[in-house]
Formats: sequence, C-alpha cells, structure tokens
Amino acid sequence: MLEIKNLHANIEDQPILKGLDLTINAGEVHSIMGPNGSGKSTLAQVLAGHEAFEVTEGEVRFHGEDILEMEADERARAGLFLAFQYPVEIPGVSTMQFLKAALNAHRKERGQDEIGAVEFMQLVKTKAKLVELNQELLKRPVNEGFSGGEKKRHEIFQLALLEPSLAILDETDSGLDIDALRIVAEGVNQLRKEGRSFLVITHYQRLLNYIVPDVVHVLVNGRIVKTGGRELALELEKSGYAELGVDEEAEQPAAAR
Amino acid sequence: MPTTAPTEAIAHYESLAKQRLDHGPAWLRPIREQAIARLADLGLPTRKHEEWRYTDPARLTQTNFTLPSDRATVTAEQVARFAIPDLDAHTLVFVNGRYVAELSHIGKLPEGVTVLPLNDALDKHRDRIEPHFAEEGEPSSKAFTALNAALCDDGVFVHIAENKQLDKPVLLLNIMAGTDEPTITNPRTFFLGDANAEGTIVERYVSLDDSVYFTNAVAHVEAGQGAHLSHYLIEEESPKAFQLSTLLTEQSRDSNVDSHTMLFGGELVRNNCNPRLNGEGGDCLVNGLYMPTDHQHMDNHMRVEHNAAHCDSRQFYKGVLNGHGRSVFSGRIRVEIDAQKTDAKQTNANLLLSDDADATTKPQLEIYADDVKCTHGATIGQIQDEAIFYLMARGVDRTSARAMLVYAFAAESLERMQLEPVRNMLGKMILHRLPQGDMLEHLLEY
Repeated sequence: MLEIKNLHANIEDQPILKGLDLTINAGEVHSIMGPNGSGKSTLAQVLAGHEAFEVTEGEVRFHGEDILEMEADERARAGLFLAFQYPVEIPGVSTMQFLKAALNAHRKERGQDEIGAVEFMQLVKTKAKLVELNQELLKRPVNEGFSGGEKKRHEIFQLALLEPSLAILDETDSGLDIDALRIVAEGVNQLRKEGRSFLVITHYQRLLNYIVPDVVHVLVNGRIVKTGGRELALELEKSGYAELGVDEEAEQPAAAR
Repeated sequence: MPTTAPTEAIAHYESLAKQRLDHGPAWLRPIREQAIARLADLGLPTRKHEEWRYTDPARLTQTNFTLPSDRATVTAEQVARFAIPDLDAHTLVFVNGRYVAELSHIGKLPEGVTVLPLNDALDKHRDRIEPHFAEEGEPSSKAFTALNAALCDDGVFVHIAENKQLDKPVLLLNIMAGTDEPTITNPRTFFLGDANAEGTIVERYVSLDDSVYFTNAVAHVEAGQGAHLSHYLIEEESPKAFQLSTLLTEQSRDSNVDSHTMLFGGELVRNNCNPRLNGEGGDCLVNGLYMPTDHQHMDNHMRVEHNAAHCDSRQFYKGVLNGHGRSVFSGRIRVEIDAQKTDAKQTNANLLLSDDADATTKPQLEIYADDVKCTHGATIGQIQDEAIFYLMARGVDRTSARAMLVYAFAAESLERMQLEPVRNMLGKMILHRLPQGDMLEHLLEY
C-alpha cells in the first residue's frame, strides 16, 4: 500500500530525512519510534503533503501511485489520513461545515452524491460515539476551545468519518492522560479492519500497549536503523535509545524540534 | 483644519448652493447660507491635512459635480432587485437622492412612531431638526457636513417617542440611476429615539449602472435615556462612485447604540463614524467590514468620544483586501477628563489576499481621565498556511480552503448583527466577492 524508497527531505534547507525506506502492506499496523528530532513528525508531514518540506530525493508510492506530485487534498482524497500532533484551531469555520465539506470532497472523488443533512447527522452521531466525543464540541469552530484530549479525539473521529485506507497517527498519545489514551486507542482499534493500514508514530511505547503493532521501526537521524516485531518497542522502553548509540540530547536539530 | 483646495471648487459649490437656497422652508435658508459660508471658510481638505494623509480627496474636490436634475425613471422591478430577502420593513426609496413615493411603502406605523421623507418633516418637526441641521461632527469632515447642509435635497426623519418601539426596521434604499453629468447627492438622515425608545434603521446605497457620482451622506442618530437604536449602512455604490458618509450619534444616559457598516462598492469611500457618549452608562458598538478590490479605496475614520463616566465602547472593524484594493483605518478614542471608568476597546484586523493590496491602520488614544480601561489592537496579515494545510489534509481543495478561511474571517462581523435577514444577505454578498466563494454557498446554508 505504501512504499517509501530512499526518501530525503529538507526544511529550510536543513536535511531531516536522509534516505528513509519503509513498506507498509494493506491491513498492517506499523509503528515508528524514535528520539525527539529524529524526523518522525517530518515523515508524517511529508507524506501528508505539507509544503514547508522539500523532498530532495527518493520516491513515495501509495496504492502504486507516485504521491509526491500530488497536493495535500488529493492525497487525502486518495485515502491517506494524517491525525495531527497539533491540530490547528480555525476560528470562524464551523466544525460541522468543515466536516461536511471534507466528507463531500471524499464522496465526490468516489463518484457519490453529496450526503443529505439527515444522513450526515446520523453518521456524525455514530462516529462521535466511537471516541466518546461530546457532540457539543462540533458546534464550535474547528478545534477552538477544545482541550488537548478533545483535539486528539476529534482527530480520530475525523478518521472514522473519512474512512481512509492509510492512517498516520502523529504522536496521538502526546499530552493524553491514561483514560484519554485508552479511549483514543480503543477508537483506533475499532477502526482496524482488513485492508486499512496504520502508521503509528510515537515517542513512548505506552500507546503500543493498546494499539498493538505488527511491525516496529526505529527512526534515528532521518533513517530507519532497526525494524522488528512489537517486542522491539518493549526493548526500547527498557533500555532507551542509547542502546542504539543515540544521544537523545544531541539528536535534536533545531528545525525538527 | 482642512487646507484650502483650489478656490474654483469652493466657487463651484457656492453656485450649487445658491440653487438650493430656497429649497425647503424659510427657516432653513439662513442655515444653508451659514453652511456654505463655513465651507468657504474651512476650505476643502487636501492630502496635506493629517486626517486625509492616506486618502487623497482630490478626486472628490476636483470634479465639478452637478445637482441631479430630472427625476430618473426607476421601475418597481428594478427596485425589487434590491429587496432584502425576508426583511419586512417600512421602506423609503430614493432615486438620485429624492424620495419616490410610488416606489416606497412606509405602511402602518406603531403609535408614537413617525417616519417621513425629510421634506415633509422640515416644518412639522422643525424643533427636532433645526438644532442639528448644521451639525459639524468630527473635525476632518466638517467641510463635508457643511456641504451637506448647504446642498441637502432630501432624506428621512424617523422619530420614536418615549417608551415606544419600531415594530420593524426602517429601510432607506438609495438608488442612483445613470445621469450624463457627474452628480452629487446629499442625503440626510435623522434617527431620533426618545427615552427608552427602540428601533433599527438600515441605509442601503446602490446603483443601477457604473456612472460617476458623489454621495455625501450625513446621518444624525440621537438616543435618549435608556434608548436602544441600531443603524446599518450597506454601501454598494457604482464602481466609479465616491461616497462620503458621516454618522453622528449622540447618546444620553444608559442608552445603547450599535452601528454596522459594510462597504462593498465605490471607487473612493470615506466612512466617518463619530459616536458621542454624553450620558453615564452609555454603551456603543461600532462594527464594520470593508472589502476593497480592483482599485477601490476605502477609508474608515472613527472617532469615539467618551464625554461621561461609566460608558463602554466596542469597535470591531475588519478589512478583506484583494486586487489593488486599499484601505485606511483611523480610529481615535477620546476620553474626556470627566469620563472616569470608561471601558473602550478597539480592534482592526485586515486580511490581504493579494500582494498589491494595501492596508493602513492608525489607532489613536487620547485620554484625559485617569481611571479608564482602553485597549486597541490592529493586525494586518495573510491567511494562515497551517490552517489551509489542515483543511487540505482532510480533502478540501486549496481554493475552497482559502475561501472558507476568508469567509470565516469576514463573517465574524456578521455575528454581531441582530437583524437576521440583513446578516444572511450580507453573508451571501461576502461570498460573491470572494474568489471561488460561490462554491461555498450551499455549504454555508447548512
């Protein structure tokens, strides 16, 4: 489903990804772990099509298609979803209008008609339950006045609504207390299904207690240095990144922090 | 004080004023004479005048505008084009500055409410009109209020007696219909509410074509003790027109006035807004949106005067600029020595949609009292890239994402308006002015 070969990416001329290879097959859950500044979030943003990052080398194929030439919205409609680490607050844009615009953009891509008001409300209700999202929040502008946990649940709620084939969760666990973490993880687990893949980016393995990955990768200094099963995450938890020769303090280029 | 512009312009206006001297009752004549004398004395402003530094009045003062001569024919169908959907209002239609009874429908008025074309009110309500006809307002527009007094042809008089309410808004529809010569109209609005009166007035300026003309409008709003009055100005003049509108409000104790201004049309627009809080406990809201595009120039000149203690004023003006559009926001809050416990807030935010657009903002505080709370904030910016990326990452295309964000920025001004039909119409008008805004329309109906 996703094939990344020798990916190099810069931000403001500073190289962050330095030859990253990764393959995710349909239905698999991969996790990328790594110290701060190793390039985890950069990878997520590059895959989603953020313009601040410049891909200098390599290729990314999604469902066999080269997505590097595609705009962020085209990638989204092709089935790639990014759950943001820091969801943006957008004053003045009503969450319901935004969700409807997003959903209809997907439906149009699939050749479906726009969703009717009643059906839409029904759908929102069902999906909101999945992550115990208070529907009152949806009456507010996008992410405005949401707590950290509510923002993360809102991300997973959108995932449920848009039904992508690949979901990238960028440090969805950051800033969550254990209850919120459990709710988010359970939501994700309910969305696991045949043919849908996940890329779970995290600094700590605690999220992986709930979302059990098939494959764990360790990203250091812009490259994947180790790949293994879920036991790799537990090893890292125990011994830290130092075992891999990483000095966490030194591994933080300013632009990637 | 304005510096004197070419004397020919003054001489020209003097000759126009002579044609107007006998228009109206005898008591008005000396007022007109004094007004034109004052104009000659003041001179017309030029760019050297500080308050006109960013808006060149030369186009206004160098064109030989004439008074509208024949009444242009405007049909009921043409008037219907400007109907505000779902708005039930006492409607007065003016064509080229003059009241047209056949096109108007004032209808039945509640007890204690008077709504009259100005010329029918001059004698009957002289006591309420005369003291304010020569009113000057804030210093930089004195020349134009004097010009209005000298040349005023028509307008409206709305009076709400003590404890009475307007049952529905009064709508003034000012239609300009093409004339061969550049013309000047000087509409005058009197909107008076006695103690505890309530009412809303909507002034809308439109054009049937793109002719050159100058609307020099003055509105006098007077809120008695505890009165609650709302004033709306919707400006959609011809793309070659000039509009100078001056809103003067006088507020007594515990009164509440809100003013909402939407500037869409015109080549050069100057919107003077001068609320004066004269009694304790007064509250005013000054809300506005301007959207210059192409080569439009829109200047908003605010002067909020706190003359009594315990008054609150809130100013929110927003600009969305596109093309070579230019805007000026000059906001002065003046707090007199006796106006203790004043709470004044002013914000001006501008969104630039093109590299050639230009916004100038100049907040000014003039405070003579010591126990006050005054804040002002001004921003000029572009749409946030991160917000666009977030919307796009959910599948919304770039154009729609931009339109959504610009609409959200602009529409905040609408949220402060009570009059729902006006709000809805303005929402659509904002959309139509945005690049690709039309495609959002169905979405926002949701």
